[in-house]
Amino acid sequence: MKNITTLLLLLTLSFGVRASEGIELQEADVNLSDKESLLRGAHHFVTYCLGCHSIKQIRYLRLALDTHADEKEVLKDIAPFGASIYDNLHSAMNTHDAEKWFGTQPPDLSLIARSRGADWLYSYLKSYYSDPKRPFGVNNLVFEDTAMPNPLWQLQGEQHAEVRKTIYGDRIDLVLNKEGTLSEKEFNRMVNELVTFLVYVGEPTQMERESMGKYVLIFLFLFFGLAYLLKKEYWKDIH
Amino acid sequence: MKPSRLNACGEWVLDRFPLASLWKDHMTHYYAPKNFNFWYFFGSLALLVLVNQFLTGILLTMNYKPDAKLAFDSVEYIMRDVSWGWLVRYMHSTGASAFFIVVYLHMFRGIMYGSFKQPRELIWIFGMLIFVALMAEAFMGYLLPWGQMSYWGAQVIISLFSAIPVIGDDLSLWLRGDYVVSDATLNRFFAFHVIAVPLVLVMLVFMHIVALHEVGSNNPDGIDIKKIKDANGIPLDGIPFHPYYSVKDIAGVGVFLIFFATIIFYMPEMGGYFLEHANFIPADPMKTPEHIAPLWYFTPFYAILRAIPDKFAGVIGMGGAIVVLFLLPWLDRNPVRSIRYRGGIYKKALALFVISFIALGYLGTQPATPVMTNIARVFTAIYFGFFLLMPIYTRWEKTKPVPERVTMDLTLEEQFPAICEVFEEITETAASAPDNDGHQHAFRGVFFSRRPNPEGMRNVATRLAKKLKKSLD
Repeated sequence: MKNITTLLLLLTLSFGVRASEGIELQEADVNLSDKESLLRGAHHFVTYCLGCHSIKQIRYLRLALDTHADEKEVLKDIAPFGASIYDNLHSAMNTHDAEKWFGTQPPDLSLIARSRGADWLYSYLKSYYSDPKRPFGVNNLVFEDTAMPNPLWQLQGEQHAEVRKTIYGDRIDLVLNKEGTLSEKEFNRMVNELVTFLVYVGEPTQMERESMGKYVLIFLFLFFGLAYLLKKEYWKDIH
Repeated sequence: MKPSRLNACGEWVLDRFPLASLWKDHMTHYYAPKNFNFWYFFGSLALLVLVNQFLTGILLTMNYKPDAKLAFDSVEYIMRDVSWGWLVRYMHSTGASAFFIVVYLHMFRGIMYGSFKQPRELIWIFGMLIFVALMAEAFMGYLLPWGQMSYWGAQVIISLFSAIPVIGDDLSLWLRGDYVVSDATLNRFFAFHVIAVPLVLVMLVFMHIVALHEVGSNNPDGIDIKKIKDANGIPLDGIPFHPYYSVKDIAGVGVFLIFFATIIFYMPEMGGYFLEHANFIPADPMKTPEHIAPLWYFTPFYAILRAIPDKFAGVIGMGGAIVVLFLLPWLDRNPVRSIRYRGGIYKKALALFVISFIALGYLGTQPATPVMTNIARVFTAIYFGFFLLMPIYTRWEKTKPVPERVTMDLTLEEQFPAICEVFEEITETAASAPDNDGHQHAFRGVFFSRRPNPEGMRNVATRLAKKLKKSLD
């Protein structure tokens, strides 16, 4: 018994711990049952990300079905002009141009929330700072020397990095030196909605999965109860 | 059809196929010791997981594409667009890890109660062959989703063969079918994973059970129940497998499925241990991940591989770690089977072995820093020490007398009063505060009015420590 406990403990040891090169990540607040913010996240994605990044594993129709939104509204409010409800979310940028402009093809983001995690994405999108040495003039604290320019700079404003000496070594703080069009609170909310959408896209069945789980477990507990009583009845004369 | 007609049909079949005697020999008249405990659930659970893997695997092949260009997307297609595809895929991926948990516990049971000893050596050998086939099955199945870890894991493991002198490079080239892991590798791994290895597994499981039913099951006391029989030639301590153990195993299945379903529905990735995060990135032969780690069930052996400085020696060490398990029936020189009646030295050695196995498993998931590698070396030495020194230390053992008849463990229900007593001891009744209306709630009175009692806790802890020390002697 003790061995199993140890095994399970070991298995759960690094829950939620992912490679982030020693930077403390900020926590995203993902709530997939909030359909409104999910749809707003989809809108942000199409506005700010779809120019370069596809999320080819999902269609507008699936988004409408899962959020119980009207198909026409999804086309009007979220999809780019001319898209069909059956379209996957493909970027219009082609590989040749992408490699010329950015040196690499921007990755498909369908599963980015599953490989990087919500907190990493949230922190990454908030951690750009001015760095004149980089081709786009920005660098990122979470993902050093990222090839991606900051798509949200107008909203967030410009940050610069300040090195602070502490007993644990140098710490880098990001300080806003030029206001963006959104306040810090509004910006955080917007990034959070974007991350929520990406978490949803990573596994669209997760809401269904979790809501179904409780019925399966209730059934299994009843099944176990009956099986246990049956066992007891059969075994009552074994001593 | 009239009942007599139905009977006639039944008779017709029974005259030509020994269904009734098979059922009798292996179920209703197969006598198993009556004192099986918790550890004896894992055999039937392994069979359950095997069936689960077969059924879900067949469903997955209906939509999976074994093609380097299509594989990754076809898995996502199963996860998103195939009806219930996500459930089938999670049952298969969680089932793979569950299989190893169940099999490791089943093997540990065998080591603990000496189930590998005379006359059950062949059962152990077949079981070990199942374990090896299972590792091959899991390794090749893991390439199929064609994620980064699938790809680079396969790349690392196949390249190990190139460490073999003279034939190494050609051998690994032959295994891959290409100079790097590629579409050719994916196709052959698919063939092995869905048909070749499963056939071998089914055959081995069949032989494992046939061999078991020939000599009979061991038990937690390690006693041969066939020695004492009643007038009809039935072992006094034996009970028919069906219905006694079939109903008991169904209850065990219930508990297992509760854990299994919890993982499938609420934590299918298991924090990156059952489905690795990096495997959600499509395989890219041009980008090596910073940290390549196999899935958790291979990590003890992977840690041994990395702990040994020379690559070829490491491969031999990793293979040796599995080979020594095969030799167990001949390494253990003590005729006493069960840990209950064995000497303290063996109990301590086994405890050290379990610790080193789990520690190696953990170290295998971590990046290999110099400190970690040195720790892994110590545990590797303990791992091999347990087996290779066994012929020596099992001779020094002072064993306890083995009883004639089996002993029955207390059931959970019988233990309940004792559990209540311990609870009484570690808590004390606080001065119960009546609520605003001056009422005292009955439920509160029983549970919430109790406060931890430090002295009682200390007593219980000391007793536990003493008991633990005594059980290791």
